[in-house]
Amino acid sequence: MIPMASVTGAAAPILKTNVNTDIIIPGSYLRSQSADLAQGLFAAWRFDDDGKEKPDFVLNQAPFRQAKIVLAGANFGCGSSREAAVWALQRFGIRVVLAPSFADIFYENSFRNGVLPGIVDADAIAEMAEIAATNPEFTVDLDRKLVLHGNRSWAFDVPESRRAALIRGDDEIGMTLAMANEIADFHARDVAGRDWAYAPMGRASRG
Amino acid sequence: MTRTLFEKIWTSRLVKRLDDGRDLLFVDRHVLQETTCATAFEGLARRGIPVRHPELHVATQDHILSTDPARTETTFPPGRELLGLMRRNAAAHGIPLFGVEDRRQGIVHVISPELGLALPGCILACGDSHTSTVGGLGALGIGVGTSEVEHILATQTLALRRPKTMRIWFDGALAPGVSAKDLILHTIGKLGIDAGTGHAIEYAGPVIRALAAEARLTVCNLSIELGARLGVIAPDDVTFAYLDGRDYAPRGAQWDAAVRHWRTLATDDGAAFDKSATIDARDVAPQITWGTTQQDVVGVDGAVPDPGAYADTGRRGLAAAAIGYMGLAPGQKMEGLPIDVAFIGSCTNGRLSDLKAAAELVRGRRVADGVRALVVPGSTEVKRQAEALGLDRVFADAGFQWRAAGCSMCLSINGDVVAPGQRCIATSNRNFEGRQGPRARTHLASPAMVAAAAIAGRIVDIRKEMA
Ligand code: SF4
Repeated sequence: MIPMASVTGAAAPILKTNVNTDIIIPGSYLRSQSADLAQGLFAAWRFDDDGKEKPDFVLNQAPFRQAKIVLAGANFGCGSSREAAVWALQRFGIRVVLAPSFADIFYENSFRNGVLPGIVDADAIAEMAEIAATNPEFTVDLDRKLVLHGNRSWAFDVPESRRAALIRGDDEIGMTLAMANEIADFHARDVAGRDWAYAPMGRASRG
Repeated sequence: MTRTLFEKIWTSRLVKRLDDGRDLLFVDRHVLQETTCATAFEGLARRGIPVRHPELHVATQDHILSTDPARTETTFPPGRELLGLMRRNAAAHGIPLFGVEDRRQGIVHVISPELGLALPGCILACGDSHTSTVGGLGALGIGVGTSEVEHILATQTLALRRPKTMRIWFDGALAPGVSAKDLILHTIGKLGIDAGTGHAIEYAGPVIRALAAEARLTVCNLSIELGARLGVIAPDDVTFAYLDGRDYAPRGAQWDAAVRHWRTLATDDGAAFDKSATIDARDVAPQITWGTTQQDVVGVDGAVPDPGAYADTGRRGLAAAAIGYMGLAPGQKMEGLPIDVAFIGSCTNGRLSDLKAAAELVRGRRVADGVRALVVPGSTEVKRQAEALGLDRVFADAGFQWRAAGCSMCLSINGDVVAPGQRCIATSNRNFEGRQGPRARTHLASPAMVAAAAIAGRIVDIRKEMA
């Protein structure tokens, strides 16, 4: 993972609550390994049936085409587990999503891809959105856990361990592989004490 | 010390507590589907590492596979790439593939119980949010993203925050014509789509105990639509009878040892939950969604709400937008609403009991003129059993298309699509904007409700049909 420190860029308000991952990236973009996920981000809201841009959607407006931050409503990323929702945000250039709450799987997927899901209360999101309408550039400072704009600042919440992992750019699989012996010990004990859970799987794998 | 069912299983699968407070859990079984694993296998290749325990994985093809009865892997051309990658990756890593030609093929969450891959007290993971389904058998079904699929392939473990616990207790009994699908939709309507966020839900109470195993799978299937990553039901004799003799279920002395263990998997008297709710099943009518989230739901004798009636301004705006998207008006009655498409299938309601319930309302009748109606069995085995009972004839004679097994119109990435602006009544689990195709309008309901609507050409109250 690419280490992350602070992010400065336009913050696009997409304030609906319960924005689901089908909206973030429609199913039709999940068919190929080479699908253009940046193009697919919020496709149903960005484009009409003929593929033309809808001018009133925020990501089609000048400063927000280069947005690095999304200001979102509660329960962002609910629904399908598709990690492509995070990949689409990331390919578009989004590094931070700020929302009052996130759906569980989306939240986990974000950290694993170097996208910060920062929790900010709804009133602060509303204030930021109002400011962004005229003056969209914000800085998200991961070191100080603050969103900055001019002389204003808002705290965001992120678990300490996840913050540190984002800053270091941790490779989670590499870290778990380093615990291979402990996993092997668990497996050996488990096979001995709970053989009913293994024998059928072994039988199937033999043919 | 008293413990909940969830805590008992979670703790028994704990390899170690990580420094960051998360738990490293051993994954008993991992089931792969073609749309969420290709990037994970690329990751393994980049690292140059093998699958750690290939014998604990199986793979199937379901999401992007054509449901044409004469299909092959290439019938739906856009699906070729991912289906082919799945075949090559499974072969390269020694993972059994239940592909298009295999009798065990089907939707991941239908075959996991059906083959006995999902067992009480085990963790079953899959790169798909509805993995919670297998909680109906007392397994912890954990839906994961693609990075986690790679993590499981590489290490056979998952690093997770331990969720809080929530219990939903169901009192009373279901009225005639009311199914498990109605029960859980009603629950989502009452509690909201984020009621379970950050929680593992246990479904309990007399109504749950009285449900058949397949109906319990339907309840747990929609846990994610309550915001929870997993939902679970304590295993009992119904569960054991369901599992006995299935392909991957233990046999002989191992079966006996397993059942002895499984009988300990119940929440202890007095164990505390972080959150709890009670639902009275007597209140539940056949449900139908009117909006674009699963909490936008009413009894079929109800009406589209007036957005102004919501106290919360945010909810008001969302309801108004949903009503607009769905082409409805506030106060409009749900009963009598004309439909264009009827879809029976998915991991929610694509099992044999669902097809039987639907066939009851179809037998000897005809699908209304102008309605496109499909039945898509959840697995090749469900299809075979339904055909042995003659259900394929019942549906085909009525004018339904009888398709091959897969996700089909639940997700509509395999070519089975609802046309823009069309209204579909579906037994699946997501009524999101665009889910069944651009501008498609989805109403979720039970198999019997969908079957009756296909015949009538409009939404009907099945309680009147059955009277
Ligand atoms: S049937 Fe629908 S919800 Fe179930 S696994 Fe397939 S796409 Fe997902």
